[in-house]
Formats: sequence, C-alpha cells, structure tokens
Amino acid sequence: MYKYDQYDQAIVDARVAEFRDQVARRLAGEITEDQFKTLRLMNGLYLQLHAYMLRVAVPYGTLSGTQLRMLGSIARRYDRGYAHFTTRQNIQYNWIKLAEAPDLLAELATVEMHAIQTSGNCIRNISSDQFAGAAADELADPRPYAELLRQWSSFHPEFSFLPRKFKIAVIASDTDRAAIQLHDIGLQLVKQDGELGFKVWVGGGMGRTPMIGHVVREFIPARQYLSYCEAILRVYNRYGRRDNIYKARIKILVHELGAAEFTAQVEAEWAHLEPLALDAPQAEYDRIVAQFAEPDYDLAADDGLNRSDPDFALWVDQNVHAHKQPGYAIATISLKPVGGIPGDASAEQMELIADLAERYAHDEIRVTHSQNLVLAHVRKADLYALWTALADAGLATPNLDLVTDIIACPGLDYCALANARSIPVAQKIAERFADLDRQHDIGEIKIKISGCINACGHHHAGHIGILGVDKKGEEAYQLSLGGSGAEDASLAKILGPGFSEAGVVDAVEKVIEAYRTVRSGPGERFLDTYRRLGDAPFKAAVYGAPA
Amino acid sequence: MTIEDQSPVAGAAPPPETAPAQVLSFRDGALYDGPVVALAEFGATSNTAAVRIDPGDDARALLPHLGRLRLVEVSFPKYRDGRGYSSAQILRAAGYTGELRAAGDVLLDQMVFMRRAGFDSFAPAAPLDRAAVDTALARFPFVYQHAADAQVPVWALRDG
Repeated sequence: MYKYDQYDQAIVDARVAEFRDQVARRLAGEITEDQFKTLRLMNGLYLQLHAYMLRVAVPYGTLSGTQLRMLGSIARRYDRGYAHFTTRQNIQYNWIKLAEAPDLLAELATVEMHAIQTSGNCIRNISSDQFAGAAADELADPRPYAELLRQWSSFHPEFSFLPRKFKIAVIASDTDRAAIQLHDIGLQLVKQDGELGFKVWVGGGMGRTPMIGHVVREFIPARQYLSYCEAILRVYNRYGRRDNIYKARIKILVHELGAAEFTAQVEAEWAHLEPLALDAPQAEYDRIVAQFAEPDYDLAADDGLNRSDPDFALWVDQNVHAHKQPGYAIATISLKPVGGIPGDASAEQMELIADLAERYAHDEIRVTHSQNLVLAHVRKADLYALWTALADAGLATPNLDLVTDIIACPGLDYCALANARSIPVAQKIAERFADLDRQHDIGEIKIKISGCINACGHHHAGHIGILGVDKKGEEAYQLSLGGSGAEDASLAKILGPGFSEAGVVDAVEKVIEAYRTVRSGPGERFLDTYRRLGDAPFKAAVYGAPA
Repeated sequence: MTIEDQSPVAGAAPPPETAPAQVLSFRDGALYDGPVVALAEFGATSNTAAVRIDPGDDARALLPHLGRLRLVEVSFPKYRDGRGYSSAQILRAAGYTGELRAAGDVLLDQMVFMRRAGFDSFAPAAPLDRAAVDTALARFPFVYQHAADAQVPVWALRDG
C-alpha cells in the first residue's frame, strides 16, 4: 500500500500545525464560530448533539495494521473506547474535545493519516472497491489512481469552496462494489486499444434529490484523467447553484443543463485546460503503482480448504470471496453482530484485527462502504485460525449481504441533522431476523437506514430503504423498495404511508415474507423479484389488499 | 484621456462607504489606485485599465482585453463563494500578468488558496495582520497540484 515520502509527511504535518493554530485562535476568540466552522469542517470536525465528532480519512478504505492499531488507541484515549466506520470508508469518533483535537491529529500524522477534507464543500475522501488488488475480475488495482486523486484534490486552491461537497469513487471492474453511479464523479478503469483510461460518470448522488450519474465520457486516457476531473470541477465551481443548499450538488447542475449540454461544457473547459499540462507525468503514475505492488504471495499455498467445522464452513460460504491468486481468499469481517451498532468497533477489536492482519493478511485492512472490514489477502490455509480468533472476539458473524448486514447512519442518537434514530431500528430488524437459517433462506438483501433526508445511510440504494422523518414531533419511518448501489444502480421507490419505529420493523418483515411467497425460487434475490413483479405484492402485504 | 478619467459607473454595485483601509501587496512597485469599473460597464468604456468582476461574471469576457488592464479586482462578497478562484485561475492561465486583487470577505485562512490561484493583492474588508499572513503563507512547504503560482507539484520534485 501507499507509503508517505518526505513530501507527503511534510504536508500532513503542516496541516496539523495549521489546525492547531486555528483552534488556538478560536479558543482565544480571535475568529468567530461562523468563520471557524468552515475551518473545522475542512478538517472533519463537526459539532454534534452531545460533543464534537471527528471524521478521519481512510483513503480508498485501505489501512495498515499500524494505522488500525492507532485508530484503536485513539478510541481508547480520546473517545469512549470505540469508533464508527462510515459509508464513505472513513472512521468517526463521537466524543472528541475541541482542545484535544490537534493532539489527536498529530498522533494520526505519525501513522500517515489525517482528517483533511473529510467534510466541507470540497473534494472528499476518494472511495474505491474494497476488493481492489485482490478481485479476479478487475483490470488493474484502481487504488493508485485514487491515491493520485487524493493528492491532486488535497488543498486544491480552486476547489476548496465549491457550492457543496464533492465525492469521487474509482473502481476497475464491471462489478461495482463502490456505488460509483451514485457519486458526483464515478470512474471505472477500462482499456481501449491497449491503453488504460476511465469511463466517467457525473451527477449521481443521494441526499434529498437522489439521482443516478450520467456517462459524460466513454474513455479518457489515464494520463489525462486529472485534468479531465479538473474541467468537471471547474464547470461545477463556476456554474453550480449557490442560492439553495439543497440544489447545490453537481447532480442538480447536470440535471438542469441536461447531460448533453453539461458534457459539452466540460469538453469545452477541458479544451482550455488540456494544453496547460496539468496532469502528472508517467513517472509519478509508475511510482504510485509500484507501491501497490502485489503482496509477496506464497506460491506454494494450498488451494484446498478443510470445511469439517460446520460453523466455519457457514462463515466461509457467507463472508469469504474468491481471490485472484490460487491458495488465497478475501475475508470480510462483519461489524454487524445482531443487536450491535452497525459499523462500530471497540478499541480492543481494532487492535485484534490489526494483529490478525499482520499475521494472516499481509498487514492490510479495508473498510467497506457497507461498514464492514476486509482482509483482502489471506492464505486459505490460515482461514480457520483467522476465523477462530475472530469468533472469540465476536467478529465472526456470518451475515455478509444478508438481512442483518444493515447499513445505518448514526441517526438521532448522535447527529445534529437527524430527524429520527437509525441505530435502534437496525438493531430491532436484526433481532427480528436473528435466526441464521431464516437469514440464509432469505438470501442477499440490502437494508439501508438513514435518519434524515441527507441519506448518509444510503436508503435510496437499499433493496429495502428506510428513511427516518419527523412527523409532527414524532419519529416516523418511510419504507422504500428496489434500490441498488451496484452496477445495476437504481433508486428505491417509496412503498406507501410511513410507520412508527415498531411499525416499520413489522413492515419489513411483511415485505420479506411476501418475497418468500412470490419469488420464483430460492435463487431469485429480493431485488430481482421486486424488479420482476413491481411493488404490488409488497403493498398488499404491508397495507392490505387493494379494495 | 487617462485612466484617472474613469469613475465607478452607475448601475454597478455601490462602492463601500469607505474604501478598505488596507491593501496587502505581493507585487513589486506601486499598486493601481485609480477607479475600477464593473465588468458590465467595461465594454462600453474604451480606455478602462481596471475592472471588477463579481462572482457570477465570466472572467473569459476579459480575455480579449488583457493587454490594457492594470488591475482586475475579483470580489468576494462571502468567503464561502469560491467562484472567484476560478476567475483568477482563468485569467492567469490566459497570460494576464497585471494586478489581480481579491476584495471583500478575504480572510487569513484563505490566503494560501488565493495566492496559489494567482491573486497578488488583497483588499480585505476586515484588516489582516501582515505577519500572520506571511506565517500562513509559509506554512505549507509543498503542493500537490499545478495552479497559477510558480510552485511545482511534488511529483516534479520526486522526479528530479
């Protein structure tokens, strides 16, 4: 994985010094809270309901054992012993003291980490495929391109005061595990006439006006994708709406101009920028690509697997994916134990996973947008030992992509923006479906819960999406069906009138039982059944047969 | 007719009651201190040497006239409105070498971005401490991308 050199380290250290100065000026009253708000947000520091929340960047979701151990140590010393992995592959601390934040950042900098641009109206953390570098179906590891985007977007002088936040995702296979069509820019590495380049989507997003991105370019050579992104950002910075925060994302600009006109404007801007030689030289690509070299595989690793322990076999079938290297596998660690808080991990769990990654997985951990963790390079021969250690720590829940593997935002338990709680709804659904045989019978289904219209819990992309709303001072929940954040991206549609907290759990169960009745067979996923039949059988199950 | 003949034009945004008390300069030599017209009035006046562009203005409208401009003032009514950064980059990329002034809600913590975008003078609504500005500008030793200043991205240092 990427290692900082003296330049990267100097820049991150300078940012720590700058933020320390900004905090000192705020504490001394030299700058107003309004002025400070922008500064702290550009460094991921939010004022939540009860305390400051600090969001730490995990670039493209990749961590070393040393980094994860530091995250655990910070949870113990600066927070309450745990932290929360987010849908942008980042990690959040919920109980931070402002005066301590600079010291926390200084500690992060010692392990090549930061909180730069994890909030604010700027280019946010670049996200990617959690199976990057390990998946058999990818063209090349997409992370070097994400790393170069990270560098290019860091402190970009033109794009630090955009109309609104800006999210970019990069993948390299036809299977989309990073929801690129729901990003401001989605990039898929493709090959044309032997040359690597990107297919470019623009204008996807969730929030209160969910939209699927438009393809603005079938192919931009990889050596020019930075300047092409610069052109997209410039059109957005100049013409994105600034009169209404709810209409300020690039998706609204693309929608109002029309994809064809927006594309024409980007191409015209790129014609101005292309001669300026803004792109990185080949040597820089080569330098970064070399740092994502394949791990030192054991070429003699046994490709077989002893499945004699049935609980282990269950976990393997659900949480382990094929690796491109014979003898290796990709293991996902579920952070969704039944009754737990989706995406939370304790300091002890983080330290254990760091140890296991060092011992069994080439010292690498990935954060997924579904709020789980991945060990991407595990010898099959080591899987049983890994599973045993995980199970002892409550980290071997075999529920990946099942009904209890729920995405949920922090919701009204933490977040100042929320209208309703998300975590208790996720917990109650998980408890309702705790029986593993039932979960397996239901099969793949993605439930996603947001506590407000901002959609941090990706409810628009849920096979079943739940949105918390405020209904005359009461928490209420809307149910939507049929969303997908994958390569077959679609937006979930509201099924009907909303529910109380208990009511929405019952409604989810009715929807799922209706699916079990009407599916063509056990092989048909909930999403496919919904697409085949529409919402009629589910409406009838939840609201009663139409009159 | 000299540039001093020009005065702010009716229909443009009204000038502040009092001119900013402070103009910070990063240019050699004296700054332009004559009248400045809004872009909307610029086309009608032939000898204007100083023009103000507001956030919604298209900086490219000035490109045919860069040779006779001594000052382009880019207004920042609110520091959060970042359109002025694109205006600055466009003008510098097109070869404009005259004074490029950021005026209005110009704050200490945006100075690094503004200098990199090509601004070389500043008329902040609230005065800035020059020593603090210089400290802020010296803080980041390296940059990650090309902009309108002379700094080269780290990749050029790595390659060298």
